[in-house]
Amino acid sequence: MQRHHIKLTVNGDSHELDVDPRRTLMEILREELELHGTHEGCGSGDCGACTVLLDDEPVPSCLVLAADVDGREVVTVEGLVQNGEPHAVQKAIVAHGGIQCGYCTPGIVISSVALLKENPHPTEHEVREAIAGNLCRCTGYQKIVDAVVQVGASSAH
Amino acid sequence: MKPFDFFSPPTLAEASRILADYDGAGRALAGGTDLLIRMKRKQWTPRAVVSLNRIVGLNDIALNGELRLGARVTLNQIIRSPLICAHFPVLAATARMMAGVQVRALATVGGNLCNASPSADMAPPLMALNARAVIAGVDGERIVPLDEFFIGPGKSVLQPGEILRELLIPCPTHSFQASYAKLEHRQAMDIAMVGVGVYTETGRQGNGEVPICVDVKIVLGAVAPTPLRAKRAEEILRGYGLSVERIEHAARVAAEEAKPIDDVRSSAWYRREMVEVLTRRQLMELGD
Repeated sequence: MQRHHIKLTVNGDSHELDVDPRRTLMEILREELELHGTHEGCGSGDCGACTVLLDDEPVPSCLVLAADVDGREVVTVEGLVQNGEPHAVQKAIVAHGGIQCGYCTPGIVISSVALLKENPHPTEHEVREAIAGNLCRCTGYQKIVDAVVQVGASSAH
Repeated sequence: MKPFDFFSPPTLAEASRILADYDGAGRALAGGTDLLIRMKRKQWTPRAVVSLNRIVGLNDIALNGELRLGARVTLNQIIRSPLICAHFPVLAATARMMAGVQVRALATVGGNLCNASPSADMAPPLMALNARAVIAGVDGERIVPLDEFFIGPGKSVLQPGEILRELLIPCPTHSFQASYAKLEHRQAMDIAMVGVGVYTETGRQGNGEVPICVDVKIVLGAVAPTPLRAKRAEEILRGYGLSVERIEHAARVAAEEAKPIDDVRSSAWYRREMVEVLTRRQLMELGD
């Protein structure tokens, strides 16, 4: 089986990799690029833990073949930190207690950041729709939703 | 996943030729949201995966007498398309009922149809809108009404080497309304227990004062081996005004035409009852 040569940009850095066609984007982010913030949950696109931005859209990276992202741009949760400062969404989720075990958090942060980019002042309903594909077994969602709505309502982002 | 050869050809002709060479043992890759899951579970073990992502034009949406919807168009593209929202809002509304934002960024209209699930949400509204499928193969193209595209669960008319290129949706001559209703356990990330697509085109016949239904389609999802036209129910409405009595009669007949099964999502009995409810409710709303 032939390996495939791909070039992609991750968090602003260019990478060239030879990938086994069976590897998913999630797997190469974690195993080749050592970006462990992207988590694997279900592996079938149901839970959203592996959500990354692919050309600015949030996608489940467990359902994307690495060989198929040649030339594309990826942002993971690590790419949201600027000058050592967490993103406004990350700060708000911590402040609201919207984080417990933390497994779903990177995916929820990525989905929320994508929503705020498209819709800077989302309603509660819009936040719930944006993270409907992100499962959280700890928080009951309310604190996460409150945090994202508050980021939208403030001018902090 | 089992080992496979990966291709990402720049043209449809090349993609088609590779799939033909593998003679049924290859799979086309669009969004991957069905394909990768089946490959991970080893339900499908293709020897070749042919990505359609580099092929130019497959994700175009254009209106020129009819709507041309590229097979590679994602559900999010449908939701965001001003053309679709202005002319065929039912397609955007349906896409929004599917999966969640993240999966919708990958999942495509063509993938939804080619997987040929009886519960494919895009099928009832597209069939209701009289969509035709443009299929490209090594020997050229053929056009198949979407009505005739599905053969059974997971089976379409596509032959090895054939790829769904685009959908053609005619612009109706009279004023029309179309809707899709989906019954599911939660409002996201769920597969339909029942889906019903309804289309009515109203106009006046001869010197008639009262508008009548000049065309009507009722398409049922998740209640038969394929998405299913309720043709007897349509006949009750075609050529008549949409009275409450006629709507109720047509909805009862649509329920009779369904061929549902019991499974993890719902019982056959409940599905049949809900076909009547969703058909009646939508026709009443369209009639208002």
